Amino acid sequence: MTVLNIALPKGRLGEKVYRIFKSVGYDCPAIEEENRKLVFENPEKGIRYFWVKPSDVAIYVERGAADIGVAGKDILLEYAPDVYELADLGIGRCRMCVAGKKDFRDDLDTTLRVATKFPRIARTYYSSLSRDIDIIKLNGSIEIAPLLGLSDVIVDIVETGRTLLENGLEPKEEIVPISARLVANKVSYKFKNDAIRQLVEAVERFQPEEA
Amino acid sequence: MDAELFLKNEERAVFRLRELYRRHGYLPYKMSKFEEYDLYVRNKSFLVSDHILTFTDVDGKLMALKPDVTLSILKNCQGGPGLQKVYYHENVYRTSPASHGYREIMQAGLECIGTLDDYAVGEVVMLAARSLESISGQYLLDLSHLGVVAGILAAAALTEEERQAALTAMGQKNAPALRQLCREGRLPQGAARQLEQLANLYGPPAEVLPLLEQMDLPAASAQALAELKALCGLLGQYGLGDRLRLDFSIVNDMNYYSGIIFRGYLPGLASGVLAGGRYDNLLRKMGREGGAIGFAVYLDQLERYNTPPRGCDVDVLLLYDDSRTAGEVAAAANALLAAGRTVRAEREVPAGLQYRAVRDMRKEAR
Repeated sequence: MTVLNIALPKGRLGEKVYRIFKSVGYDCPAIEEENRKLVFENPEKGIRYFWVKPSDVAIYVERGAADIGVAGKDILLEYAPDVYELADLGIGRCRMCVAGKKDFRDDLDTTLRVATKFPRIARTYYSSLSRDIDIIKLNGSIEIAPLLGLSDVIVDIVETGRTLLENGLEPKEEIVPISARLVANKVSYKFKNDAIRQLVEAVERFQPEEA
Repeated sequence: MDAELFLKNEERAVFRLRELYRRHGYLPYKMSKFEEYDLYVRNKSFLVSDHILTFTDVDGKLMALKPDVTLSILKNCQGGPGLQKVYYHENVYRTSPASHGYREIMQAGLECIGTLDDYAVGEVVMLAARSLESISGQYLLDLSHLGVVAGILAAAALTEEERQAALTAMGQKNAPALRQLCREGRLPQGAARQLEQLANLYGPPAEVLPLLEQMDLPAASAQALAELKALCGLLGQYGLGDRLRLDFSIVNDMNYYSGIIFRGYLPGLASGVLAGGRYDNLLRKMGREGGAIGFAVYLDQLERYNTPPRGCDVDVLLLYDDSRTAGEVAAAANALLAAGRTVRAEREVPAGLQYRAVRDMRKEAR
């Protein structure tokens, strides 16, 4: 029997994804136990789950260590892995936005300083507007950059907008809507075609209550 | 002892591929490692990666380490009666997004250039399948015809930007993105539905072709499909039917490629090991008439293919010291070699060497 290796993003999104997989018949009791294991297998169902850092899911799938995985569209746009993007799970919805101080007005006469965790997305967006920008790559606490004058705006994920609001910032432009996607390694898709297709079909039939 | 045991996967594959191509009348083509940079600038988007290693030659000319073999063959091939059938085995230098730097990639492959007919095209695709077969019987060869997708896109009259977006979504088998394009009014509904159907199709020709024929495709697509069907028939005659898969998500740059296109895969290797197709458009860009089809096998990928973990480095470690003459050591080594063992002669045990047995001449009575 073929075993599907599934990379799940560590954290809240990954747990939600697992609940979806479980509800469509891909449960794995071992994963629900409290322990420090990293790999969980259900041989009866032919699946093996493992948790990885969300931004690494695409790499595991692209390199074939995982046959399929779930990653946010933000990660896929930023790293552009060579994988199949088979389904939109419709969960983990948020927006990739440009945000700035409430009183910020873009001076088109100067180079725009953009702080972000997503340099590729920022660069692609601003080059589609032919805007000259200076990218400042940060790894966290992006919101602080405009407050301290490090940047003019930020490009970041906005879920509810509360963090922005509490820091005197607001979303200025929406770049792209984000949600969790099911991705598959291109070669696995060929050699484990039936198993992967069955899983995709089952997941697509699932309608999240919150959507 | 079987000498082939000492060969690495890729070296063994090269032997078999050379033999395969020679038997079908393809001639070897050896070229220089360098090429004028100019050749690649003019055809940059034909290349897999757009980074090229360059250097200045002694006469001041800007040169490049070959990132690709096909362009060099096309440039140097002379026209004339009949087809030009050549094969090569070369190293190329290119980057890949996953590797963060230049890598040397060992390639073997062949090209068939001239007035192509159904037989010539079929022969090249058959040789691609046999190349994979010589490495593993479990291979899969994905086959497509660019004209099928191109026909649908042409009938939809899209802008260049919309066309690119649709092709990108096709390449990812991204049905949600195709639907999104349709909702945004950037792809007509009929085209979006047909592309989605095509993206989701994957299977052996016998399974997929009947489904394709039920689709109400534009005339240009239907003609491409007929060509694909005829090719599948011919490949079936070669006995290759069950390792073939039709997959319309293979979308190469249509400025260069046209018609039949294919990719080869081996189980357990995370990316493709063979890529090829028909590139009449590139030939035309270079001012030549006729057609061209070819493929490359990425031999460097085989390095990790079914390689057993490193075991013993040598059967017998032969230890000696000054009490032995060179002639005595040689005689002892020869005796072991004659018995089919591998031997390493040393004065002391080298660090890190794994050996099955040791023969210590230092302790043996004279």
